[in-house]
Amino acid sequence: MLSSLFYFLAFVSIFFAFMVVVSKNPVHSVLYLILTFFTVAGHYLLLNAQFLALVHIVVYAGAIMVLFLFVIMLLNLNAEKEPINTNLMKFAGAIAGGSLMLVLIAVFSKINTLEPAHAANTQIGLIKNLGMVLYTEYILPFEIASILFLVSMIGAVILAKKNPHTS
Amino acid sequence: MTLLIALYSTYGERKVAAFLQDRIGPNRAGPWGLLQPFADGVKMFTKEEIIPVASNKFLFVLGPSIAMVCCLMTGVVLPWGAELTLFGRTFYLQAVDLNVGVLYVFAVVSVSVYGIMIGGWASNNKWSLMGAIRGSSQIISYELSMGLSIIALVLMTGTLSFRDIVEQQHGGIMHWNFLMQPLSFLIFLICAFAECNRSPFDLPECETELVGGFHTEYSSMKLGFYLFSEYINMFISSAVIAALFFGGFNFPGMDWLLETTQSQNIVTLVGVGAYFLKIFFFIFFFMWVRWTIPRFRYDQLMNLGWKGLIPLALINLAVMAVIEMLKHQHAFGF
Repeated sequence: MLSSLFYFLAFVSIFFAFMVVVSKNPVHSVLYLILTFFTVAGHYLLLNAQFLALVHIVVYAGAIMVLFLFVIMLLNLNAEKEPINTNLMKFAGAIAGGSLMLVLIAVFSKINTLEPAHAANTQIGLIKNLGMVLYTEYILPFEIASILFLVSMIGAVILAKKNPHTS
Repeated sequence: MTLLIALYSTYGERKVAAFLQDRIGPNRAGPWGLLQPFADGVKMFTKEEIIPVASNKFLFVLGPSIAMVCCLMTGVVLPWGAELTLFGRTFYLQAVDLNVGVLYVFAVVSVSVYGIMIGGWASNNKWSLMGAIRGSSQIISYELSMGLSIIALVLMTGTLSFRDIVEQQHGGIMHWNFLMQPLSFLIFLICAFAECNRSPFDLPECETELVGGFHTEYSSMKLGFYLFSEYINMFISSAVIAALFFGGFNFPGMDWLLETTQSQNIVTLVGVGAYFLKIFFFIFFFMWVRWTIPRFRYDQLMNLGWKGLIPLALINLAVMAVIEMLKHQHAFGF
């Protein structure tokens, strides 16, 4: 039962991810990406990680993708305004994408899989256990990650702010 | 049941509006106009269905459906009452008791933005698009301070499950969270108004500027879905507010009633009644505010959200964290 559910979810998420790339309309692409995120949240649920699944939906599907959709809707791209892709550009794109895939395959085939830190505990994904582990055992990496976020946020604000001398 | 309440909220809205404006309100269909919502429903269903030629048909239909489904999904985690024993079996008056219930509500609310956005974009109309963009940016901005105010509450209760939060407020009005955390409650209330697109924050459908906002191009039952989902949202937010801050199904004199009647069932039923009374009060409050306070301007709305509520919520959160820490130190005798 569970494994068939997994295969179904996996199939659906790969299908949606494929549709993101294939669909011509950028708004459709974004919508397929949102569906992909939902299926990924489903995978988290299968792994008994409810907290992660919900946060995934809140952050990715609920906030980040709304901003994506926002920008695309404001740009209002449609078929007439679309830049003309010459065959040369398509060819270059295919080569670039293909070599990226080669690199990724090379990397992931060589990678050593780490032993899961709490393999025995199947309840680790529940919010209570997750919080305990995160704030005791892994407090340093957690704090460093949050500082990283803060730095990037400040960086984004500075970049977005108009320079009063130049404008 | 949610639908029935939303149905009568439309009636209530018109009656309250009439009362506040010194009019009578609907009084023709049935006694006191009580059948008015059904008449409205029939009217909605029989109207001509118009799908604009230049619109994206599939997404045009998807928009209202998302809006409707999302607002109905929130009701699942709300605790309507304590346990009820019927024919020797104990029922909890709650569909699912998720241990991350509060987060679940957030997830659903954040997804419901797509109803407005997709609908507005698919209409292929600039007013609709403006309304959709306003709606979604408003919901994203206010979601932040809403989340921060809830985090302060979660810090105090130490749980994300609605049932636990409600049960911790057991034992008289003094234990209700709005007295413990007045600032969180205030912020949450304001954000709830913004999330429901209710006046004074109803910029996405601001008639004077945008014709009808994101649902300008909609007609018939699809428009009905949008309007209806607003009322359901109002009902659900009232229910969430009542559960988180006003003790949910707890009511004053609960222990006394349990002692005199010796029956958990009676207490539970009165509790459900008390909960709905609180919910109806907040629905009334929503309407009251709508007909009292004029609409904000868009930049005022954003200023209030980002420069007013978020810093306030952050300060509130910091203060709560310090208080909780002191309490813990006291409890463990450091």
